[in-house]
Amino acid sequence: MNSKEITTQISEAADSLNLKKWDYGASFSNDYSVQVDKGEAKQLKASQKQILTIRVWNESNLVGITTTSDISESGIKKALNQANIASDFGNKNERTEFSPLAKDPIEVKDSKKRNPVGIKKLLTLLREAEVQLLESHESIKSVPYNGLSESFYERVYANSDGAFRSYAKSQAALYLYARAEEKNKKPRSSGSVKLGYGVEDIDIDSCIKDASNKTISHLNYSSIKTDKYLICFSPESFLTIINAFSSMFNARSILDGVSLSNKKSIGEKLSTEALNIYDDGLHEKNISSSPFDGEGTPTKRICLINKGRLENFLHSESTARIFKTMPTGHAGLGSKVSVSPDWIVVEKSEESSNLKTSLDHSTYEGEFVYIEALNAIHAGVRASQGSFSLPFDGWLYKNGKKISIESATVAGDIKYLLKNIVNIESNQEVTTSGISPHIWVDELSITGDA
Amino acid sequence: MLTSQVKSNEIIFGGCNKDILEEIIFYGMGLGADFVEIFIENTDNSNVLAEEDFITSVSPSFGRGAGIRIFKDKKDGFVSTNDLTKNGLMRSVSQAIEMLDITDNKKREVFNGLDRHRDYSLSKKKWINEVPSIHEISEKLLVSTKYLKKNNKIITRKGSYSRNLQEIIIASSDGTYVSDIRLHQTVGLNVIASDAQYRSSGSRRFGSSGMPHEFRLWDHEKAANDVFESSMNMLYADYVDAGQMPVVLANKFGGVIFHEACGHLLETTQIERGTTPFENKLNEKIAHESVTAIDEGISEGSFGSLSVDDEGMEPEKSVLIKDGILKKFISDRAGELRTGHKRTGSGRRQNYSFAAASRMRNTYIAKGEHSKEDLINSISDGLYCKSMGGGSVGATGQFNFAVEEGYLIKNGKLTNPVKGATLIGEAKEVMPKISMCGNDLELAPGFCGSISGSVNVTVGQPHIKVDSITVGGR
Repeated sequence: MNSKEITTQISEAADSLNLKKWDYGASFSNDYSVQVDKGEAKQLKASQKQILTIRVWNESNLVGITTTSDISESGIKKALNQANIASDFGNKNERTEFSPLAKDPIEVKDSKKRNPVGIKKLLTLLREAEVQLLESHESIKSVPYNGLSESFYERVYANSDGAFRSYAKSQAALYLYARAEEKNKKPRSSGSVKLGYGVEDIDIDSCIKDASNKTISHLNYSSIKTDKYLICFSPESFLTIINAFSSMFNARSILDGVSLSNKKSIGEKLSTEALNIYDDGLHEKNISSSPFDGEGTPTKRICLINKGRLENFLHSESTARIFKTMPTGHAGLGSKVSVSPDWIVVEKSEESSNLKTSLDHSTYEGEFVYIEALNAIHAGVRASQGSFSLPFDGWLYKNGKKISIESATVAGDIKYLLKNIVNIESNQEVTTSGISPHIWVDELSITGDA
Repeated sequence: MLTSQVKSNEIIFGGCNKDILEEIIFYGMGLGADFVEIFIENTDNSNVLAEEDFITSVSPSFGRGAGIRIFKDKKDGFVSTNDLTKNGLMRSVSQAIEMLDITDNKKREVFNGLDRHRDYSLSKKKWINEVPSIHEISEKLLVSTKYLKKNNKIITRKGSYSRNLQEIIIASSDGTYVSDIRLHQTVGLNVIASDAQYRSSGSRRFGSSGMPHEFRLWDHEKAANDVFESSMNMLYADYVDAGQMPVVLANKFGGVIFHEACGHLLETTQIERGTTPFENKLNEKIAHESVTAIDEGISEGSFGSLSVDDEGMEPEKSVLIKDGILKKFISDRAGELRTGHKRTGSGRRQNYSFAAASRMRNTYIAKGEHSKEDLINSISDGLYCKSMGGGSVGATGQFNFAVEEGYLIKNGKLTNPVKGATLIGEAKEVMPKISMCGNDLELAPGFCGSISGSVNVTVGQPHIKVDSITVGGR
C-alpha cells in the first residue's frame, strides 16, 4: 500500500467505526547496514519497517492514540478502536487540536533521494575503509566499532480535515571508531561519523583521516590536575551541551515544570550578547531535514537566542495555543505531543566587541583545555536543574604543547557557561547535529586524577 | 525432504506453525546456509502517565514482525520484516542469503526438522486478562502523585506505568522450536523540588517480569515517601568537591556500577571486538577476593528473568567472578561460534528488528558479611552514594556514573548531602578496590541499551566499599 491508499483505508475504517476526527503519522523504511572485522564481513543487516501512529478524537473532543506496525486492514481497524478506547482517558486539562498550519504550503526542496548501492557495495567500501584506517598508523590495531548503512524512508502526515503531506528521502552513514595500542600504555580510542544523502555523498577518505588523526592524537596522554580551566569547546561539544539543555527553549518543558525557563522568560539575558542561536531544520547542510513535523506543521527557521537574549520558544500545536502564538514545526506525534529542536545553528552576533578574539584554538599559546567531545550525556546532565558533570575527550594545551587528557570530567552550570563565554570564533563548522564555531568559556571545573 | 503439507500461508500466534517454519528453514539450508534462525514476535503494550493530579497520557501500541538470521562460517546476515506470510519470510531468507553472497549451496549442515515444541506460554496465556486495567492503573498512579504532594516545594510530580506483553516463536535449524509469552511491568515516580535558586529531583523505578498482579502489590505510599525524602534531602545540598576518595555504594541500583563497568566487559561481543581487558584472564584474579559476581535469568519475578532466551535456550545461573577470580563470560550463539565460550542462555534482543547478542540478565555482586555501618565506619573522609543515576562505559573501558543522592562521610558517620558527583574509573582498576561487601543484597530493575537494543535487566549488590575512586564535582 502507498501512503494515499493507507489514508483512504484509515478514512474508510474510521467512517465504519463512526469516528469523525482523526489524524495519523507514518513512516516506512528500508535499511541496509554492514559491519566488518579485520577484512571479514561480520554482520550484514536489512530491515523493512513500518510504523503507524493514529490519533482519534471522541465526541467530547478528547484524544486517544495507538501505535502499530500492523498496517493490514484488520491492524488499522484495531488501531482506530484502541485509540478510541484510549480517548476516554484523554487529557481534559490540555486539549489537542489539528495544527492550524497543517494545510499550509511546505517548502519542498530537491529531495536528494539516492538509489541503493546494495549490500555488496557497502561491504566493499567498508572493508577498504577499515584496511586504510588500520594502515594509517602502526598503533591502530583494530576498528572495533564500524558500520556503513543506507536508509530509504517515507514520512506521512494526514488528517480527517483533508491535510495530507508526505516526503521520501534517503540517508547514508559511515562510522569508524579505531583503537590504538602502544606498549606499556592504555589503549586509546576515537572515531568519526559522516552522513550523506547516499553512500556516494559520504567523504570516506575524510572519515578515515579524521578517525586516524583523532585516535593517534590521544596516544600521548596524561592525567590532569583537578582545577578550574579556560575551556575551548569544539563545535560538536558545544552543540552537544546546547542540545542537552534545549529544554530552556522548549514550551512543552516549561509547561511540564522541567525547564530552567518560564512563560515570562522571553527577553531574558542568557548569555554574552555576542551569541546568536537558531533552530533551522531546513538548513541545506541538515541531511535529516524534514519539511513538516509530527503534526503536519511546516518546518521553519526560528531564532532562539538573539544577541544573548531569549527570543523564542519551540512549540507544538497545544503549547502554541496556551502561549497564544503559532506552532513552530517542532512537534513529535504522541499521546502527549513532544517538542524538540531540529538542527541548532550557533553564530557570532553583530554585538561582538567584548569578545577576546585572541582566543583562537589554532593559535592561542596560553593554557587551556580543548573539549573535543562530551560523553554520557544521559547520565551527567540535570536539565531541570541546569547542572552538568560530563566525561570528555580532549587535550590540555600548555606551553605551546598539547597532551591528551587521560580521563576527566567537566562540571558546571549551563547559565554560568553561557554567561561566561569569552570568545566565539568566526569559522562555523558543520557537524552531524548542527553548525557552530569554537566557543571559549572562562573557568569551568575539571576533575582529573593527577 | 519435507513431506508434511503446509497448512497456512502465514504465521498464526497460538496456532500450529511447525510446517511453515520447517519449510522456510529447509529453504535457507538448501541455499547453503550453515544455520537458519527465525524469531517472530507479537506485542501488546500499554503506557500510562500521570502528571500532578491528572492522567495526561494513555498510549497503547501493538505490532508484529520477524527477524531472520543466517550464519555462514563465522559471519551472519540478519533481515527483519513486518511481513509474516510464508512468501514474505522466504523473501527475507533469500535476502539474507544474497547478502552473505552464498553461492555454494552444497549442504554442510543438515536440518532434520524441528524438535518437539517447547511451549513455555501455556500457563501464561491468561496474563493479558490478569494485568490491571487502564482504570485501575490510572487510579493508583493518581493516588501516588497525590502522596508526593507533601509541601509547596514540590513543583513537579509524575507517575508512569508501562506494560510490555511479548509473544514469541523461535525456530532454528538445530531443531529449536519454542514459544513463550513474556510480561514486563514497570512503574516509576519522579519529582522536582524548588525553593528560590535551589532545585533538586528524585526518582525511583520498580519493575517485575511474569507477575501480572505485581502492580497491585506495589507499595506506592512507601515509594512516594522515599522519592519525596530524597528530593528534600538534596534540595539545599552543596556541590561535592572533586577528588580521589573512598566511597560506599548503596545496595539495589548501586549495582549499576558493576553492570556498566565490568558486566559489559564480560559479554562475548566485547571479546569479538577485542575491547575487553579481561579476554585472556579466565581463572585469573581480576577483582578483590571479597567479590563474587553472578549473572542469571532465573530469579522468579526479577526484571531480567526469562523462561527462555531469544535464541531458544533456557537461561543458566552464571558465576562470572568467584572470590575475585574470573570464571565465565556471558555468551550467545554468535559468541560461542566466534569466541568458543559456551552459550549461557543470554542471547537477547529488544525486538524482532535486532539480532540477538550476549547480554546481561539479573547481574549482581553476591552478599558479603559486613553491615552497612561497618563499611561507613571504616571511612574517615569519603562519599556515600545512596542513589545512582545512569552511566556509561567508553570503548576503552572507562566508565562514569552520576550520583543522584550522595552524602559526605566524615569520621565514620554520614554528614551533609552533596550533589553533582560523578564516579569515574576503569573496571580493571576499580574491581580490585572493592574491599568490603555488605550482607544486604537487593536487586533493582533497569533498562540496558547496547548492540541488540534496550533490554530489561536487573542490577544489584549489597552495600560495597571502594577503597579509592575519582569523584567528579565542582
